[in-house]
Amino acid sequence: MTSFDAVVIGGGHNGLVAAATLAKAGRKVLVLEAAGDVGGAARTEEFAPGFRVSSVAHLLNRLHPEVIKTLELEKHGLQFARGDFVPSVALSKNGPPLVLHGAYGEVLTGANPSEQSDWKELRAQLLRYAGILKPFLSRRPPDLGGMSMLDTAALGQTALALKKLGKEDMRDFLRVLLMNVADLLDEQLADDRLKGLLAFDATLGSHLGPRSPTSLLGLYYRLAGETAGVAGAQILPKGGMGAVIAAIGTAAEKAGATIRVGTPVARIIVEKNRAVGIALDNGEEIRARTIVSAINPATTFLDLVGPREIDTGFVRKVKNIRMKGDAAKLHLALDRQPEFTGVDAAGHKGRLVIAPSPDHVERAFNPSKYGAFSPEPVMEITLPSLADPSLAPTGASVLSAVVQYAPYALKEGWGAGKPKFLEAIMAQLETYAPGIGKTVLHAELLTPADIETRYRMSGGHWHHGELQADQMLMSRPVSGWSGYETPVEGLFLAGAGSHPGGGVSGAPGVNAARRIIGMKG
Amino acid sequence: MKAWDAIVIGGGHNGLVNACYLQRAGLDVLVVEKNDWVGGAATSRELTPGFLYSNCSYVCSLFRPEIMRDLELPRFGLQVISYEGGAVFTRGGDYLANYRDHDAHRREFARFSRRDAEAYYRYSRDVTRQCRFIQPLLMRTAPDPTSFRPRDLGELLYLGKKFAGLSAEEMALTLRFWTMSISDFLDEYFETDVIKANFALSGIIGTALGPMSPGTAYVLLHHYMGEVDGSVGAWGYARGGMGAVTRALAASFQASGGTIRTGAEVDQVLVQRGKAKGIVLADGEEIYGKLVVSNADVKRTFLKLVEEKELPDIFLRRVKNFKIRGSSGKVNIALDSLPEFPALPKDSPVYRGDMHFTDSMERMERAYDDWKTGRWSADPFLDMVIPTTLDPTMAPPGKHFMSCFVQYAPPKVNGRDWTDADRDGFAESVISQIADYSPGFRDRIVHMEVRTPREIEAEVGLTEGNIFQGELTFDQLLFNRPVPGYAQYRSPVGGLYICGSSTHPGGGVMGAPGRNAAAEILRDLAKPNQHMSPAHDVI
Amino acid sequence: MNRQLKIKPSTARTTAQSHFRTLRLGTPFQPRIEALARTNDWYNWAGYRAPHSLWDEELEYFAIRSQAALFDVSPMTKYRIEGKDAEAFLNRVTLRDVTKLKAGRVHYTAWCDDEGFVLDDGTLFRLSPTRFRLCSQERHLPWLLDSAIGFDVTVEEETEAVAGLALQGPTSFAVLRDAGFSGVERLKIFDLADFPHDGSTVTISRTGFTGDLGYELFVPAAQALSLWDRLMAAGEPRGIRAIGYTALNRARLEAGLIVANADFVTSEHAIRADRLRMPDEIGLGFMIDLEKGHLNGRRAILEARAKRKLRHVLVGLEIEGNIPAEHAIVYHRKSQEVGLVSAAMWSPMAKRNIAIASLARPFGDTMVDDLWVEIYALRELQYQKLMKRAKLVPRPFIKLDRRTANPPADF
Repeated sequence: MTSFDAVVIGGGHNGLVAAATLAKAGRKVLVLEAAGDVGGAARTEEFAPGFRVSSVAHLLNRLHPEVIKTLELEKHGLQFARGDFVPSVALSKNGPPLVLHGAYGEVLTGANPSEQSDWKELRAQLLRYAGILKPFLSRRPPDLGGMSMLDTAALGQTALALKKLGKEDMRDFLRVLLMNVADLLDEQLADDRLKGLLAFDATLGSHLGPRSPTSLLGLYYRLAGETAGVAGAQILPKGGMGAVIAAIGTAAEKAGATIRVGTPVARIIVEKNRAVGIALDNGEEIRARTIVSAINPATTFLDLVGPREIDTGFVRKVKNIRMKGDAAKLHLALDRQPEFTGVDAAGHKGRLVIAPSPDHVERAFNPSKYGAFSPEPVMEITLPSLADPSLAPTGASVLSAVVQYAPYALKEGWGAGKPKFLEAIMAQLETYAPGIGKTVLHAELLTPADIETRYRMSGGHWHHGELQADQMLMSRPVSGWSGYETPVEGLFLAGAGSHPGGGVSGAPGVNAARRIIGMKG
Repeated sequence: MKAWDAIVIGGGHNGLVNACYLQRAGLDVLVVEKNDWVGGAATSRELTPGFLYSNCSYVCSLFRPEIMRDLELPRFGLQVISYEGGAVFTRGGDYLANYRDHDAHRREFARFSRRDAEAYYRYSRDVTRQCRFIQPLLMRTAPDPTSFRPRDLGELLYLGKKFAGLSAEEMALTLRFWTMSISDFLDEYFETDVIKANFALSGIIGTALGPMSPGTAYVLLHHYMGEVDGSVGAWGYARGGMGAVTRALAASFQASGGTIRTGAEVDQVLVQRGKAKGIVLADGEEIYGKLVVSNADVKRTFLKLVEEKELPDIFLRRVKNFKIRGSSGKVNIALDSLPEFPALPKDSPVYRGDMHFTDSMERMERAYDDWKTGRWSADPFLDMVIPTTLDPTMAPPGKHFMSCFVQYAPPKVNGRDWTDADRDGFAESVISQIADYSPGFRDRIVHMEVRTPREIEAEVGLTEGNIFQGELTFDQLLFNRPVPGYAQYRSPVGGLYICGSSTHPGGGVMGAPGRNAAAEILRDLAKPNQHMSPAHDVI
Repeated sequence: MNRQLKIKPSTARTTAQSHFRTLRLGTPFQPRIEALARTNDWYNWAGYRAPHSLWDEELEYFAIRSQAALFDVSPMTKYRIEGKDAEAFLNRVTLRDVTKLKAGRVHYTAWCDDEGFVLDDGTLFRLSPTRFRLCSQERHLPWLLDSAIGFDVTVEEETEAVAGLALQGPTSFAVLRDAGFSGVERLKIFDLADFPHDGSTVTISRTGFTGDLGYELFVPAAQALSLWDRLMAAGEPRGIRAIGYTALNRARLEAGLIVANADFVTSEHAIRADRLRMPDEIGLGFMIDLEKGHLNGRRAILEARAKRKLRHVLVGLEIEGNIPAEHAIVYHRKSQEVGLVSAAMWSPMAKRNIAIASLARPFGDTMVDDLWVEIYALRELQYQKLMKRAKLVPRPFIKLDRRTANPPADF
C-alpha cells in the first residue's frame, strides 16, 4: 500500500491546485473526489442529449497568475490571448444595449460621450483601487494575534502603495472602501444600463444589494482578477470550464499526484487534536501527515472532523459563517441560436447582462431577505456554443445563465418555487430575446439547493461562505484561523471558504499549499 | 463697525456648545439663529395651549457628561430624568420589556428564551468592549491618515496603540463590528426574533439603513456609547422637554457674556481673499467677525452660505457627494389622557420608557425597503415615548404629551416633494399602528404635529431632514466625516469652521462636535483652553 | 401586516410578566429564612434575596466550626445534563476526566473557552451513568448548548426547580442521622445518594464549601420547606443554626477555596481582556487532563504551557500581624507591585492572618521571597497604612480530619 504525505479532500479546482503545488514541491499527494469526476462546480457537463455546458462557473475572469505560473498551465494547454476576451453587454428593454469591450470596458459603446469619459475615469479609478488590494489575493491575511515580520512588511507595502496614489486619491480610496456600489455609481455615472451592469457585478454571488454598504468590495474583488495579464478581462474557455479543470488536473498528475474519483471521505481521523488521516465511506482509512480540505469549511469541521474534536467557540464561529447562496444556474438547450434584441454577433459571444438599473437589482434583492425569489430576476447570460460549436448539436445552441436572487432557504420550498422561478426567468429572457421561449428544447434550473446537493456545496454558495467585508481577509473563514491552518494540527483548508474567496482563481489552493510547504507539513 | 471674535451660525446644541467654550475662553461670541428661538433640533415648543412638545429630538442620551460639567448645565436648570423601562410589543398581545434591574431583565428575556436570557452576558460583554474602544475617540479630533504632520501621526499612533492593545479576539470582533449588519451580528448571539428586534432598533435609529445593511452594528455602538462610562441618566427626558438642554446651554452662554440674536437668518458667509470675514443676514445686514463657525450641516454651509468660487473643486465635489438622506419623521401628539395598552400591566415601568411595535427583523427591514423605493413605511418602526409620565410639566394635569419617532420617511416621495396629503398618509400609518395596540387611542388625541423630512428641513434647516446631519456609514465616519481632508472642523476657507453633527463624531444630542470644534479653533488662535475638561477616562 | 391578534387576558401570562414587581425572588426556603432574619441584612445573589447574616455573623461562623450550620444554596445555577453522551459531552466541556467520576460521586471542576480562559468553576454531580447536575456561580446555557452540538445529550437549566441546602459543621452528620436519613453514614467524602423525603427524593452529597464535615442536599422546590423543618427539628439539640453568606465566606477562605468573580474574573464577564485567567493561573491546573481526549481549550492551554504564556498565579498567603489584608496590593521588596489580594481574614481556626492573592509570575511561582502587602486599614476615617511581610503557604489554610473521616464522627 502506498503511503502519502498529504491527502487532499475535494477535487474541485482549489483542491487540484493545492495538490499540484504540493506535488511539485515533492510531496506525495492523494486527491479524493466524491463525485465521478473532478472539477467540482467547474465542470463541463451534458445537461440534455448533445448539449454540454459549464456546470456552475461559466466565465473565466480570475484564474490567478501565480497558479498559471506554478502549475505551468500553459504547457498543459491553457493559453489565453487578448483576442479571447469577450465583451459584457448591458441589455436594455427599450433601446440599444451598452457594450463594454476588451477588459472590462476598455472601450465603451452605446453610451453618450460624456458617459464614456466618466466611465473612463471611473474604470481607471476602480482598477487603481482594486490594484491596491490585489497583492492580498496571493498572501495569507495578516495574523492579528501577532504580526510576523512578513505581515508587517506586506502591510507596509500596502501603505506605500496607498501613499503612491497621492493624497487626494488615497483619501477617496479610504472613503469609498466600504461604500455601497449604488451610491458610488450615482456619484460618477448617469447611464442606468452601465450602472445596472456594475451594480450586478458588484453583488453577483453575494447576499447584498447594490445599496448595501460594502457592496463596492464585490466589484474590487472582480477587478482584482486578471486574465492573460489584463485586469478585468473575461473569457469563455473553449470546451467549457471542464477544459480548465482538465489542464489543472493534468498538471497535478504530471507532478505525481494521485487522483481518486468516486471516493467520498466520511471523516477526518483526529487523535489528540491532530489530524492523522481520513476514513472513506467504505471504512478504508488512509493516513497522512497532512490533510488538506478543499471543500467547504463548515462541512469540513461539522461533518468530517465533528464538533467533538474542536472547541465550542470555534464551532460557533464555523456555524456563524453565512453561506446561503442566492445564485441559481440556468441551462437551456435551444433549437436555434437565440437573438437578443439589438445585440450584434460579437455581443452574442460575450456576456449578456440583464440588470437594467441599480434600483432594479436592489428590488430583485429585496425579496431574498425574506426567503422569496426575485419576481424580476437579474442575470448574466452566455451562449458558449457560439464560440465552441462542439457544445451543442449542429444548428442548436446552449444558453447558460447565472440568475439572482434565488435564496437557498426559499420560504415556500424549492419544490413549489422552482417552476415559478423558472417562469419568472423565462419572462425576463422573453423580454430581451423575444421568441426564445418557443425554442427551448430542455431547461435545467439549478437552485442553490440543487447546487448544494449536486456539487456538495453547503448552502449552494459558490464562495463557500458569503464574500462580504466581515467574512474577508482576517475573518475568512473565521477570525483567528484565516491562514489556512486550523485548530486541528495537520489539517489545512484550501477551498473558496478560505481567503481570498471563490471564483475560479485557484488562489486559496495555491496559498494553502505554500503555507503547508512553509510549515514543512 | 464691531467685529466679533467669533460668529456662530445656528443656535442648535452644537452651535451653543461651541459658542459656550469659545466665550469662556475669552472670545466675544455672537450666535445667530434663524428661528425666533434657539435650540435647532433640541427644542420644546408650546404648539397647543398647555402642552410642551419636544418636537424634534426627544431623548437625552448621548450628551457628554464632560460638557455638562464644563458648561455647568445643571446650574442653568438642566434636569435629566431617566427612563424606567421600555418594551417591544408583540403582535401576539404580549410584549418584551427592558428593565433597568439586571435580574428582572434576564427573567423577562427568559419568558421568551432561557438561552437568550443567558446569552445576554456575552453580548453585553462584547458590545461593552467595543464601546470602550471607540468611546474615547468621540472627544478627539480624527487624524488625517494622509498627513505627515506630527499631530496626525501622533493620533494615528494613538489609534494604532489602542488597537494593538486589544486581544486578537477583540481585534477580530472590532473588524467585524465595523462591517456587519446588526441583524447578522445579533444572529450570533440570540435566537428569538423579538429579542433581536429589541436590540436591532439601536442599529437603525437615525440612519438610512435597514437592520440587514452592513454597517448597522456600528450604529448600535453609536447609540450605546452614552452608557459606557456609567453616566447616570444615560437615556432619559430633560425636564421641560429637549428645549431644556439648549435653554440651559443658552443661559450658560449668556451668563458668560455671550450674545444671541434670534430671528436672524444667515444668507451668506462673507469671504475676502479666502478668509471668512463675517456674515450677511437675509435682510442684508452685514455682521463682521474674526472667524465664523457654522452649526449648519456641511451641505447647507458650503453649498448655500459660501460662494462656489471660494471652494476648491475637489472639496465641492465631495460636499456634493456627502450622503444626507433623511430617513425619519416625527409625530408629536397631545393626549387628553394616558393611553392604555391592554398588553401592559397598569403599574409597568414600561410606560415610563421607550415603546416599540416592531417585533421582528423582517418588519423592520421591510419598513426600510419602502424607504428605498421612495415611500414612507407602510408599517413603520416607531420609537414612542410619553415623557409626561415622568415630567408632568409638559402637559396640563392629567394630560399627556407623546413623542413618536418614525422610521422610515424618505426626503422625497417617489422622487417628488412631500405634499400635505402625503404627510397625512404618513401620520395615519403611525396612528393606526399605535391604535392597533391601544384601543381608543384616536379619541384621546387633542392635537398633533406631523413632521416629515420636509418640515424638519424647513424649520430646523437640516438638509433633507437628516437628523444626524449626514448618514453614519463608514465612508462618512472619523477622518471621512464630513469629507476626507476636512475632518478636523476646518474648511478650505480660512477662519470658517464647522461644528455641527456633520462632523466627527456625528449626530445625536451629544455636543461632542461643538466641543471638538472649539478645541481646534482655540488651538488655531493659540488661546489657552483651560475651561475644557479632558474626555472621561475609560479604564 | 401589523394587525395584531386579539388575545384574551391570561392570568398565566400576567403572572409570568409580574417579575418587574418583585425584583429579588425568594428561594423556596424564604419563609423560614425570613422568619429567622433578625439583622435584615440582605444581598442580591443571582437575582435572589439572600442573607449576609441572619442574627450574628460571628456566631454564625462558629456554628459552622462548632455546631451545624444550614445555608441556603438554592440561587446557585444548576444545569441538568442527561443523555447517552452526557459523559462524553462533559468530558469535552470540563477539565477533569469525567469517565473517572463514578455514578454517585461528585467532583469539583472548571471549564474553559477556546483561549483556555476559565468560564467558571463548579461542582459536577453524577446522579446516574447518564445523568449529571452541574452547579456553578454564573450562567452558561448558551455555552453548554453550543457545546452539546454533535452529542446525544440534553441540557436544561433547573435553578428554580431544585432547592439546595448546605448543612456544614461537626454535628452535621449526627443531625442527618437523627433526621432519619439512614445510610447517610456510608457517604464518604464526595459521595452522593438519594434518600426518600416527603413523598419525594432528596439527593445528599458529602460535599461543601467550608472545609469541614458537611453535606449538601438537593430537593424539588415543593419539598423544600418540609426538608428545612425536618433538619431544624432534628438538629435543635445539636445546635443547628441558619447562617448567611458572611459566615460561609470566612469558612471557605480558611478552606482555601476560590469564588468565581471574587478571586478571578470569569471569561464571559471580563470586559478587560487582561483579566482573563487560565486554570494554571488560578490554581486549577491540577484538573486538566490532557490524556482523556479533546477538552475545550486544550490547544490553548498546551500552547500557553509550552510557550510560557502563563502570566499569573493564585497563591495562599500568610501575612504577619492580625489585620486583614482585603484587596491589598502585594509588593516585592516593598516596592515593585506584583499582585493583589482578593480575599483575606484573620482566621479564628488557624489563628493566622490569611489571604488569597493573584500574583504576576514569576512572583509567587519561582520568586517567592521578600513579598509584602500594603494594608490600608481604615480606622475612624483614617487609613492606617501597614506594610506587612507575606509568606506563601499552601492551601487549605486549615485542614480538618473530620471532613474526611470515615465513618463520620458523631459529635
